Formats: sequence, C-alpha cells, structure tokens
Amino acid sequence: MSLDAATVRRIARLARIRVNDDEVSVLQGELNAILGYVEQLSEVDVSGVEPLSGGAQMVLRQREDQLSDGGIPEQILANAPDREMNFFAVPKVVE
Amino acid sequence: MSIFDLTIAAAAKKLAAKDLSAVELTTAYNKAVAALNPRLNAYITATPDLALEQAKAADARIAAGTATALTGIPIAMKDLFCTAGVRTTAASRILEPFIPPYESTVSAKLRDAGAVVLGKANLDEFAMGSSNITSAYGPVENPWKRNGSDAKLVPGGSSGGSAAAVAARIALAATGTDTGGSIRQPAAFTGLAGIKPTYGRCSRYGIVAFASSLDQAGPMARNVEDCAILLNAMAGFDDKDSTSAPREVPNFTAALSRGVKGLKIGIPAEYRLEGTNPDILALWDKGIAWLREQGAEIIDISLPHTKYGLPVYYIVAPAEASSNLARYDGVRFGLRVEGEDLIDMYERTRAAGFGSEVKRRIMIGTYVLSHGYYDAYYLKAQKVRNLILKDFTDAFTKVDAILTPTAPSAAFGLGEKMDDPVTMYLNDVFTVPASLAGVPAMSVPAGLSADGLPLGLQVIGKHFDEETVFAVSAAIENAAGFSALPEVRAK
Repeated sequence: MSLDAATVRRIARLARIRVNDDEVSVLQGELNAILGYVEQLSEVDVSGVEPLSGGAQMVLRQREDQLSDGGIPEQILANAPDREMNFFAVPKVVE
Repeated sequence: MSIFDLTIAAAAKKLAAKDLSAVELTTAYNKAVAALNPRLNAYITATPDLALEQAKAADARIAAGTATALTGIPIAMKDLFCTAGVRTTAASRILEPFIPPYESTVSAKLRDAGAVVLGKANLDEFAMGSSNITSAYGPVENPWKRNGSDAKLVPGGSSGGSAAAVAARIALAATGTDTGGSIRQPAAFTGLAGIKPTYGRCSRYGIVAFASSLDQAGPMARNVEDCAILLNAMAGFDDKDSTSAPREVPNFTAALSRGVKGLKIGIPAEYRLEGTNPDILALWDKGIAWLREQGAEIIDISLPHTKYGLPVYYIVAPAEASSNLARYDGVRFGLRVEGEDLIDMYERTRAAGFGSEVKRRIMIGTYVLSHGYYDAYYLKAQKVRNLILKDFTDAFTKVDAILTPTAPSAAFGLGEKMDDPVTMYLNDVFTVPASLAGVPAMSVPAGLSADGLPLGLQVIGKHFDEETVFAVSAAIENAAGFSALPEVRAK
C-alpha cells in the first residue's frame, strides 16, 4: 500500500499539523518507507491471538470515584498562552 | 584520585564520614557543567543555584543523621520529568515556555532521598530518537572519540544528554526513560550501566508521555551498583499512575552479590543478526564465557518473533504518541501560534512547535489508527506484540535471564544513518522486544570496539525480577573489568 499526496494531506489535517507542498512530498516518501517496512507483519499468522494493549501484567486498577485534588486554578492557568478570568482563552469558535 | 572518580557508593561513604561535604561535591560538579556543557550540550537547563541549595540541605541532613544513600549525590534529570518551578521542555519547541506546577513522582522520590539535581538533561524531542539529534535544543556530543579521530559521535538516544553527562562526569548519575531502548542504547554508546525496569515498576506520573504502554523510567550510572542504589529510590507503587504495580520494592543492591552459580542463561539465536558489528558478536561470546566460568548454565533458546519487534514498535509507539501529543494545541500550555480560527491556530501551533521526527510519528500514528486501517495495522501489531510477549514467557520457563548485545553497532557519527528514518530505527532492534514484553533489561559496559568505543551487553529478566538482572549484570561487570574513560571528561 502506498500513500498518495492527497492522503498525506488528509492525515496531516486529522493530526492538526499544517503542511506545505514541499513537506507533503518529503513526508510522502518517508511515510511510505515506514509503511513499507512494517508491511512484513502481514506474513505473521495471528489467527486466534488476542491483541496485547499494554506491558502491565495486571488488570487496570480502579479507585473510588471521589475528588482527590482541585481548587488550584492559578496553578492550572499559570502556563496558559491566553486567559480570561479563570478560563483558557481561544479564538472565537461560535459567531 | 579526583572527586569525579567517585561512584555514588564511594561518594556516600565520604559524605557520611565528613571527608567531603555535599556543597563541595556539588560545587565541583557545577563548575564541571559550566566548563563542559557549552561543548557537549548535555543539559538543556542547568540549575546550579538550586543544586547548591539542595546540597546545603543535604549537608544539614547528613549532620542530623537522617541521610539516605543518595543524600548529597549530584545527578542529571532527563528533561522529560516534570520538575515543579523548573522549565521542562521534552526537548521540544512546543514546550519551550512550560514551567510545571507539579513534580513527577520519580523526581520527587529522588528529591526526598536528598539527591541534588544539577539540571535538566537533553534528549531526543519527546524521547523520539536513537541519537539525540532530534532535540530542538541541538544535538549532544558523545564524550567518547574513535581512536585517532576527532569526529563528533552521537551519544545515542533518547536519553543522550543523561548519558553524555554521566560519561563526561558532569553528573554523577542520571535519570532516563526507555520506550524502545532509550536508556540501554545510550548507556551502551557511552560506557555506562543503565536499566529499564519492568513496566509498572517506576511511576510514570509527571513524565511527559510518549507511548504510555511502553514508557518506563530508570537510572543510568557509572556502574551496576549505582544503578541499583538509584532504582531503590525511584521504584514503588504510585496511586497517580494507573499502571503502577502494587508491589513491594526489593533491595536491589542486596542482589548484586548473589552471583550466577546455577542460574540458567538463555542465548537467543535470533539476535545473531547479519550486519551486526563483528566486535559486538565477539563480545557477546566473551560474555557467555564469563557467565559459564562463574557457574551459570548456558542454554540456547529461540525468540522466534524477534524480527517483528521493530515493525510492531513502529506502529504501536507512534499510535500512542499521536494520541498523547494531541494535548499540544496551543490552548492550555506551551507554544501558541495565532491563526485565522481555532483549527488554524492548532495547525500553525503544531507545525511550528514539533520537529520533523515528531511530526512523522504523529502522522504514522494517526494513519494506523484511522478508519479503515486500524485493523490492518494497529490491531495486527497488538496481536504480534502478544506473540513477542509469549516468546519471552516461553523462554523464561527454561531460563532465568537472557544475554544479548545491547545495540548492533557502537556510537556512530553525527550525520550518519540519516538517509531515511528506517535506517535510524534499526538501532533499537535488540532493545525493542523487551520493551514490548514489559520485561526488565539492563545494559552493562563490557568492552571496546576495535576503534576504541564502548560496547554494551544486555541482560533481560522476568517480569519484576530485576534482582536476577542485577546479579547477572554485576557478574558481567566484574568479569569485564571495564575501566576505559572517554576523552572528554571532568578531571
């Protein structure tokens, strides 16, 4: 399988990364090289094999559904590029 | 003997005996950082004033008789661990202005043990790389040189700054993180010991996430004992990490003197790869002989899915990265580039903030998780990952530990292996399988290549059996008697 330029643009859009025309052609070559390399997995027979999602040899732990932290808006907003009162500020989304 | 020759264990003895103060030790290291870092670029942010304050507190603690094995020990902290009040960049432009309001669990544990942090060590951007050349803050120079050559070599990656700092003695030890080899490969390239513990052994809380099912913190140091001392402090259950293992932490230093008599050591046929440096294959044979001489039983084993480790890794890790790195959008922290609307702001921010390797991996991850390709790539990779785990669990019914080389080559030159991303990825061929299986693995410096560069051997153990990994690694270290030093170092 080989990615065409339009697919590279579509992936970039999904990934929210702006790319120019020069970058598209470079990325196209690199992404195809990587996909070509991982293609060898198709030769492995995985019938009856469960997917393994993680390295932990355990069932994910659950905790009580109760507050354990909070009341620290200044700390949370300290790195905000822009803020209004206790909110993160972004360009207008709805007119 | 220079102050820089001291290991953690030796320095701790001198500190306890008041032959040396923490302030003296830290001052010497601060000076060495100031002298050598402009050349090596091992630290993104040096914190000499903070280090001196911590050293003063360490001296007070030593005087009060409440010191630990790490009190007053100056270390480098990989700039992937969030440190409260100290800029944490993950070597990315997108986090250039980021000052965490909180501390990672591992760095907090080291701080609580009294360790002194000299600064934040350079790395590949978001820990994605095997050479430290993807850092937005410039590459790191390996303090080692090939015989008769001045060419700059890479320190490996992604924990390349940590590795270069410890090797050049501008840190006594360092923290690293390992997702597919990022502790073990740079340790091998710089003549250090470094261990990736079992997945779940060290908390991931506060470590900038790359691939959450693989990321694991660990120590890098001049010898195996120092790694054990550090891991004693770094490991342990943490409620803030959902995959943290609720297990007691054994005393790793106590395992060092166990020896290997009667242990069964597996030698996997699939790691004898074509194209591996012959010096490395010869060193592997030496390692086998050393363990046999010390009473271990050597057993040939097979890990049949080894060759699929890298392709699985280069689907799974980018998939998780594309999800983890979605948070960098210019809204809550980090860089923002204004745009015509919200989406445009996201796209411009991420285009300006991420380097090319990070963009590549996010794009691959986005693709393999996208509608219509998920089953063919991501699900398939997860299934093969299970077969790789099974390779190890089968092998560990017959053997106690596995011995392999750490990397297929010694440190390479800055600018080499840059032709295409896949060539660079091949560096991780021996380290990735243990990461995918979640088992502990350690690199031990064991010899030099024909052109004078350090080479490492890798010891892989069962889940949560770091003690056997330490015992075997210590046995190799004793037999190898590795004492070579890099050309560039504090003296």
